[in-house]
Amino acid sequence: MENQNIKNTQKQFIEYANNSMDKISANDTPRVKQLRQDALKRFIDNGFPTKKMEKWRNSRMIECVNEDFNIDRIENKKHDFCCVIRELDTEAISLTNGKFAEEEQLKVLENGIVIGSTRKAMQEYPELFEKYFGTCNINDNNGFYDINTALWQDGFFIYAPKNTVGEKPIQIIKIIDEENNPFIQTRNLIIVESNAQLQIIDCDDSIKEQSSFVNSYTEIFIGENAQLENYKLQNLNDNSSLLNTNTAKQLANSRLQTHTISFNGGKIRNNIHVDIDGEGAECNIYGLYLVDKTQHVDNQLKVNHNVPNCNSNEKFKGILDNEATAVFNGHVHVAPNAQKTIAYQNNSNIILTDKAKINTLPFLEIYADDVKCSHGSSIGQLDQEAMFYMQQRGISKENARMLLMYAFAAEISNNIGIDALRERIDDMIKRRLKGELSSCENCVFQCNTPKEYDFKIDLSKI
Amino acid sequence: MLFEIKNLHVSVGGKEILKGFNLSVNEGEIHAIMGPNGTGKSTLAAAITGRDGYEITEGEIWFKGKNIMEMSPADRANEGIFLSFQYPVEIPGVSIQNFMRTAINAKREYQGLPNMPMPEFIKMMKEKQAMVEITAKLQNRYVNVGFSGGEKKKNEIFQMAMLEPQLAILDETDSGLDIDALRIVANGVNQLHRDDNAFIVITHYQRLLDYIVPDFVHVMYDGRIVKSGDKSLALELEEKGYEWIKDTIL
Repeated sequence: MENQNIKNTQKQFIEYANNSMDKISANDTPRVKQLRQDALKRFIDNGFPTKKMEKWRNSRMIECVNEDFNIDRIENKKHDFCCVIRELDTEAISLTNGKFAEEEQLKVLENGIVIGSTRKAMQEYPELFEKYFGTCNINDNNGFYDINTALWQDGFFIYAPKNTVGEKPIQIIKIIDEENNPFIQTRNLIIVESNAQLQIIDCDDSIKEQSSFVNSYTEIFIGENAQLENYKLQNLNDNSSLLNTNTAKQLANSRLQTHTISFNGGKIRNNIHVDIDGEGAECNIYGLYLVDKTQHVDNQLKVNHNVPNCNSNEKFKGILDNEATAVFNGHVHVAPNAQKTIAYQNNSNIILTDKAKINTLPFLEIYADDVKCSHGSSIGQLDQEAMFYMQQRGISKENARMLLMYAFAAEISNNIGIDALRERIDDMIKRRLKGELSSCENCVFQCNTPKEYDFKIDLSKI
Repeated sequence: MLFEIKNLHVSVGGKEILKGFNLSVNEGEIHAIMGPNGTGKSTLAAAITGRDGYEITEGEIWFKGKNIMEMSPADRANEGIFLSFQYPVEIPGVSIQNFMRTAINAKREYQGLPNMPMPEFIKMMKEKQAMVEITAKLQNRYVNVGFSGGEKKKNEIFQMAMLEPQLAILDETDSGLDIDALRIVANGVNQLHRDDNAFIVITHYQRLLDYIVPDFVHVMYDGRIVKSGDKSLALELEEKGYEWIKDTIL
């Protein structure tokens, strides 16, 4: 039954592709056009992934394909959306239902950094598309990636030319506001050329309680000595599904730091793939998921150490309540010549109920003999000794619980390099732990909460 | 009477550990409870402070005229009962400063008082820290994380000084302490000792009682007090050993 539904969905996509491909690819560069056709062929042959595949075994994303999607009747809306992270001064662009409003398609900032629509950028900077687009490796090549490559229509494009330094963080606000179960695809490209420095805040938000599926794919290129901090905040409603793939390539002495923070969302899968291709490069991949009810978060990480003398550090932490489920697959691959690699990966979880569940698998695959690598994972409940110790000092059970959970989560949020964002995330963690965020009907960025959230116990000095 | 335990029976995992324990403590008194291992000393501390898994099958515990047996551990603490843990717990991610501030404000809220102003709190931290000769900067350190055995015990006495309990129970506070740390800890307790509070010092050895001089010494055996006396009882016990107690009661 399930298989039949998925087959129907596949058929729906293929029909749509056959009818619309000419229109969709009308302004493509030759390379992009070719990639579309190749991807469509693969999709016709392979379809969506199945639970029989190792990387999808514990994932619940496949269940979401089991539906009738609205692929082609997605409205182009404009939202006057203003981020209310106080004191967070960003260069913001926003996409509604995966598309830009007409008038703000591409802009060149004073320092020469270009931000805006992928579709528009393909016309303005075809040489960049020929050079970069579709050249990142992908951890698990699958039907979602293929359907994105075949049928994408827009997304965000960020280009920091050589030696440019972003004055303000660039914020991408992606809103979903569409009824009829839309299937929204975005195709994004981030190019940070040599010696450039950039901070990006990438927010996924939903406006109402409608169901939706977002299939987003982002390619990231980081040149020599370049630095990129990428913050992904996921705060969607419980009826939404988000499949988010980020693949990055790093050149020599570059630095990448990513934070993937999932507060809410029905089902989320983050697929993060980093190829370290230049010596002296470093990447720090952090993640935090705070989920409850029947939410599901699946983090798939792959780091390839292809050259010597590089560092990678993966740290993901999760707190699972009610019947929430999560998956962590971390895979570090160290090539035979990648000597002096230092690689750490860790996944820690706190499970608050008997019904919440985590499948965690940190995995090292090492072919070099002079490396420092370690991995670990832990799944536990709150430390009962610590709980009693705090209560014996007069702290209520509820506050003791929150203090412990906050301390656990703060280890990740402490690494956020933008002060106002860190404070806001801190705030959101506290609200989330008090159970107030999940009950928030609208996106948390729109609600008018005071900057300093009034927490009964003062956690600000931890 | 500040504190009274009447005919207390406590079971852990279905096994009876305390078997009719009685104790009366008046304000201003220091009581020492001694006894061999496995006789129920730590169970007593756990039952008084309301720890989960310690089932009171019979008896009563009274503090300041209130039966505290139905109170939560936090309420008992806020009423003024403090336990210095035999094994203080490490809490990564929670700073001592914030831990103490949360605890003090919880107690003040319980008493219907507003939160302690920050400058007053900082001043108090410094004073009490000096009292137990803690020189390290505590405010940014996580509770007990990376502390030596001696530092952990000093930190317990520091917390006691901050919270100013009316009844403090010291569970094997001397274990794992060298002579200098022992002196510092005892000195802290003696400074905190007043006419309106009381201490119950649980210890295996008489050594600590050279520094914290008790008004009463009780010897526990098999879940109850079998002999009580003044401080000379501790010395007699030290000299004759616990076998002597077994012989005298049998």
